[in-house]
Amino acid sequence: MKDDVVSSIAANGLAKRFGEVQAVADASFEVLQGELFGFLGPNGAGKTTTINMLTGLARTDAGKIRIAGIDCTGNPKAAQHLTGVVPDESNLYPELTGFDNLCFCAALYGMKKKEREGRARDLLGTFGLADAAHRKFAGYSRGMKRKLTIAAGIIHNPPILFLDEPTTGIDVASARQIRQLIAGLHRAGTTIFLTTHYIEEAERLCDRIAFIVLGKIVRIDTVPNLIQPIQERYVMQLAVSNSEPTLHDKLAESFPHLSFRDLAQGLIRVEAGEPVRVGPLVRFLEDQGAEVNEARRMQPSLEDVFVQITGIEADAMRREKEKKGGGGP
Amino acid sequence: MKWWIAFWNILLKDMRAYYLKPPNVSWGLIFPLAWTGMFFIKSGSGLESVLSMLPGVVVVSILFGTTSMLAVTVTFEKKGRSFDRLLLAPIPLELLMLAKTSGAILFGMANAFVPIILAAFLCDLSQTTWRAAIPAIVLIAVTSTFLGLFIAVSVSEVFEAQTFSNFFRFPMIFLCGLFFPIERLPVFLRPLSYVLPPTYGADILHGAFSANNTMLFAIDFCVLGAFCIFLFAISLRNIKHRWIL
Repeated sequence: MKDDVVSSIAANGLAKRFGEVQAVADASFEVLQGELFGFLGPNGAGKTTTINMLTGLARTDAGKIRIAGIDCTGNPKAAQHLTGVVPDESNLYPELTGFDNLCFCAALYGMKKKEREGRARDLLGTFGLADAAHRKFAGYSRGMKRKLTIAAGIIHNPPILFLDEPTTGIDVASARQIRQLIAGLHRAGTTIFLTTHYIEEAERLCDRIAFIVLGKIVRIDTVPNLIQPIQERYVMQLAVSNSEPTLHDKLAESFPHLSFRDLAQGLIRVEAGEPVRVGPLVRFLEDQGAEVNEARRMQPSLEDVFVQITGIEADAMRREKEKKGGGGP
Repeated sequence: MKWWIAFWNILLKDMRAYYLKPPNVSWGLIFPLAWTGMFFIKSGSGLESVLSMLPGVVVVSILFGTTSMLAVTVTFEKKGRSFDRLLLAPIPLELLMLAKTSGAILFGMANAFVPIILAAFLCDLSQTTWRAAIPAIVLIAVTSTFLGLFIAVSVSEVFEAQTFSNFFRFPMIFLCGLFFPIERLPVFLRPLSYVLPPTYGADILHGAFSANNTMLFAIDFCVLGAFCIFLFAISLRNIKHRWIL
């Protein structure tokens, strides 16, 4: 880390155990002032537990936390006036209207009536909820609930914002709007700690990303630095139908210089250190009785880095999460 | 940080969202009315029995009103995770829980005055020592609310809070000298009466309404105060250990 850049969030050796499960183990990272830091990992990796420890909803078993230079280890209240938190579930008050919910959340941070009402109106406008301002939160759609929950998290203009899976379970249009709002907050200088399981979202928004698997941080770097080592790899995706279960093994045996990965719905991902020749591959597949519907050259992405580092299929992770919440990026 | 703004708005929000809703207002009226009617008819001794029943009905009204509400304002909000929003606010936990319980204390006090107002139409309350009765009502409301808080933070489901409350509430009706003097209880049950806070509240009210107290007011007030501190402290400890994992 550069010495002249102030660290907004600093975690050193964080650990948390729930019974037999080590939820987070020796997690250390720093988030710089104004940075959008992505925390990426599959379900149960320890993302929410880490946020809970950083914000004061969970105690640490070990480790130190500093928020904006304030030592919050054992005293999370010390920096809560500087942070906004958007939890993974929309947890506003169902019996209050959108406007009243925002005003109430502002009051929790000591904002005066005139100030909080003005800010609530501004945010309702920004999030496209002005027409629903005086409807009860219980009657909002999932996307509207998510947007209002984010608005509640930033009602007091916090310099540091924790966003836990902000776009999970909402429609594409709302997710897109939320990503634009996050990018806007980032441009305005807010430090953002974002957990997500949408790799494309992290790739598009984040300055740096940490991969967390089974409670351990396995890699932290900028998106270009993460992708750079695999930029020279050649990736191709084949859409195949009528294939036999043994096809993967036969491909690996016949083309030892290529690596194959079966994706969902008959997709096969082919990777190599040199350009992949399509002709022999297609002929081999057709000889095996398979039908090749499409062959497409792919640009290596953060998803490939994630799979390489964690060994977890991004698609599987997304499907598992969407079973819980629905929606997507 | 202006804590009073947060405190006042938490109280106001709970009042609007929970306490001033028609079902709760009607509960606050019907419950004491039902108890008064039940004991009045059962005693069969006419209007002169109203004064002896009044302390019991007042305590029961406060006890049931406050403990029932905490299951909603605390356990329900914790279950729906909206309570996390309060825990994330830069307010000391002690102040936050005082704000969350203030509504129930006021609700309990309001409940107490329903049977008192009714009794004023049926019997002479001019001899009442209000200097003792009013602070006693406040302290009974605070103790009952903190008992409700202790129950609410000991469980994770609303129905558990309700059933766990009954474990305390119903024995208290019989053990705390509300309607039957403690001296009439079997000897082995009497020590139990003295570890339950309503015993002391009811004793002050018996004294205030009909000069029929068995202990000094000073002792009653001190013990009630001690129960308040103990129940609030243990509830805070439970929140820190059970909710902030």
